[in-house]
This record gives sequence, C-alpha cells and structure tokens, in this order.
Amino acid sequence: MSIDARPGTTTVAVSATVNGRPESRRVPARTLLVHLLREEFGLTAATVGCDTSSCGACTVLFDGRSVKSCTLLAAQADGADIRTAEGLADGDRLHPVQEAFREHHALQCGFCTPGMVLAVVSLLAENPGPLTEHDVRHALKGNLCRCTGYHNIVRAVLALDGARQAG
Amino acid sequence: MIPASVHYHRARDLTEALELRQAYGDQLRPLAGGQSLLPALKLRRDRVDTLLDLGRVTELSYVAYRDDHLAVGALTRYHRLLDDPLVDRHAPLLAMAAAAVGDRQVRHLGTVGGALAQADPAADVPLALVALNAVVVLRSATGVRQVPVAELAVAPGVTVCRPDELVTEVRVPLPGPARWRYLTFARPALEWSLVAVAVADSRVALAGMGPTIRRAYGVESALAQGAGVAVAAARADEGCDPPDDARASVAYRRHLSRVLVARALTDPGTTVEEPR
Repeated sequence: MSIDARPGTTTVAVSATVNGRPESRRVPARTLLVHLLREEFGLTAATVGCDTSSCGACTVLFDGRSVKSCTLLAAQADGADIRTAEGLADGDRLHPVQEAFREHHALQCGFCTPGMVLAVVSLLAENPGPLTEHDVRHALKGNLCRCTGYHNIVRAVLALDGARQAG
Repeated sequence: MIPASVHYHRARDLTEALELRQAYGDQLRPLAGGQSLLPALKLRRDRVDTLLDLGRVTELSYVAYRDDHLAVGALTRYHRLLDDPLVDRHAPLLAMAAAAVGDRQVRHLGTVGGALAQADPAADVPLALVALNAVVVLRSATGVRQVPVAELAVAPGVTVCRPDELVTEVRVPLPGPARWRYLTFARPALEWSLVAVAVADSRVALAGMGPTIRRAYGVESALAQGAGVAVAAARADEGCDPPDDARASVAYRRHLSRVLVARALTDPGTTVEEPR
C-alpha cells in the first residue's frame, strides 16, 4: 500500500441497482444519495423535506429496508439495491401499498407520500404482524405528513395487514 | 445542505481499515452507519478531512454467544438487535434501548460501534451497555485492548479510542441481570432523550445528565444500604452536571432523573414500547 499525503479521493464511482436496473455514476464524495437519485437519475419521487433526517420524505429502500436518503452518502450505496417509488408499480398495476393508499385516500398534498409508501413496504416486509393501530403509528414515526393526514394512512396500512392476516 | 468537500475511501476489510488508521490516524474519520456523523457534517458542526467508509467491513456485523459474554460486532445495525434471538435471550435490555433509537429508518443504518465512537451523552444503546457493565474492544494494526464502556467516553464526541484504533466489538457479561428496566423521556419530534435511565440489577445508569453517560452511584449506594425507592431515587442527580440548553433546563433534567429512576425502580410495567 502506498502512503500518499492524503488518502481517498474527492470523487467516487457508484454502481448500484436502481429500480432493478444497473446504474453507474462518478460523483463528488460528499454527494447525498437523494441528490444522486434526483439530479443524476431523474428520480424525483424521493423529496427533500426537512433535510435533517426527521421527516422521512426522502425515504427509499436500501437492500429492501427503509432508509433516509438525505442521510446517506451516494458512495455508501455502491453495490446496493435501491428502490424508489418510481420502481414500485408493475407497469399500470399499482403496488398493493400504492393501491391501498389510493383506496383509503391516504394522501393529501402528496409530498410525503412516496416516502410514506416505501416506509410501509419496508414495515410489512419485515414485520409479519398482526399490527395494531399503535404499532403502525409508532412504526411510521419517522415519516411526517405536514397535512396531518395520518388517519387514512394508518387505515390503509391496517387494511393491508388485515387482508394478509385473513389471506 | 450537503457536507463540506471531503476525501473518501472505502475500506475493503478490517485489515485495510486498521492499516489506514495506523498510517493516517485522525486524518481519517471512520464512517459506520452515518446516522449521527452525516447530520453533523451536513450542518457543518463537524468537519472531517477523509471519511473511511467501513460499510464493506461486514466481518464486524455479528452477535455471538461466548459462554461468559455476548459479543456484538461494532458494525451490527440497531435493527438486528431487535430481531436477534441471542440478544432477546441474553441481553433484552439492549433490544429495549435499540428500540428507543430514532425511528425505523435510522435503526436500519445506525450501528452499535458508531454510537459508542460518537460518544453522545444522550445515546440509548451506550446507556444500556453502561448499565450492563459491558466492555468495548479497541483494535489497532498492532494490538487489541479492552475498555469498560463506562470509561470509553470522556466528553461529548470524545473517547479514549486512539487515532490508530477502531471500535471492533462490545462484550456484555453473562449471565445478564435478573432484573432490568429502560426508561427514556424525550420530546417525540426531537428523538434524542432529554434524560434516560437503564437499570440492570444493582447498577443504575443515566443518559443526558452530564457530558458523558454515567452511573448513578448515589442511587446504587443508597439501595445497597437498604434504602427504599423514594430515598434512593432522590439521589439520582447526585454528582451530575446536566446541560442547560434550549430543550431543557438543568433543574428540569435533575427533576426528570429523579422521577425516571423512581419509576424504573418501582414500575415493572413501564418500558419503551416500539414495534419492530
């Protein structure tokens, strides 16, 4: 190993699977994942709300688990499987969580919705349930809805959980 | 907000990470899950020359039972502590504390070793580790040493970890406590505890009551002398130096510590509730 005055590089190559497709970019090392997605890949569903890891509007799936893409370097996503809200539907067929949000009118202005939907996808994948209303509200504490439209969001999640418990 | 310009290097494995630490020391800042470090870099409250990304050092992500202790690799993420059967069986206090961290998204990335190295005086998992009398393993390219978790932090953000070392493991002594409690008081939208208390048998530890997480020795000695809960809990803030900031005054934090310790010693039904 050669010892330079300063280790590392100021730009970094990032290769990741994004919504099922292999993507590569070289970006400044300080680039956040949400900016790689929005500005380099044109995937604008993940939004920057608070930019301080509180609101969850930037939530994406990182190897299947929900993370806040404003609090992750693009470089950390190298080799990862990233999914954004754009990658959920199968053609014209909505993902079941999207369908439940539509059915229960679980959105108002829509700004928090992509992050909220992905947080729910992650929750249902990791927690076999059955879920109580309390469970759902606590599990979504990392996603803020500034319209305060929580009731219908919780209803949508409980309906999904109820259907899978029955099914 | 984006961090100031940084150099970045992704370590291949632990060996390379330790070689680089030895060569460059504090010029490198280890990056684990980044859930405390990245917000600090974005707000420019912290500056680093070069990030040493440990994301590929997967050999430090494990929970292992080793007869007289439960070993947790430094890069074990919080969510794993909530699901791991060994943690559930041998160190449920650790799972309770992990459940109190941030939210699910944060727990999907944040790591045990990252929390220890960050040395935040209000951190949940380090608080539980202090109550459990856990020991942290610090490794360098040339050696390895063990330090009690209670002696790792010396000030907010400052530890005894040397520039050539990395936090590689934490060891929870077994058998674990027969009796344990974890209680935190936080304003929900702010996440970090104002004050939190962890009890493990006769040990009582407090977070948010000074520059580092500390044992409540006044409470412990009162209990050892046979004092009741009220008398013991009244000594919760003895020797503490809590911060006075926008979130809470010194007097309020002292009050909280006494109330929380009293509850933790009396109310078995009060634990952190968080679905997994």
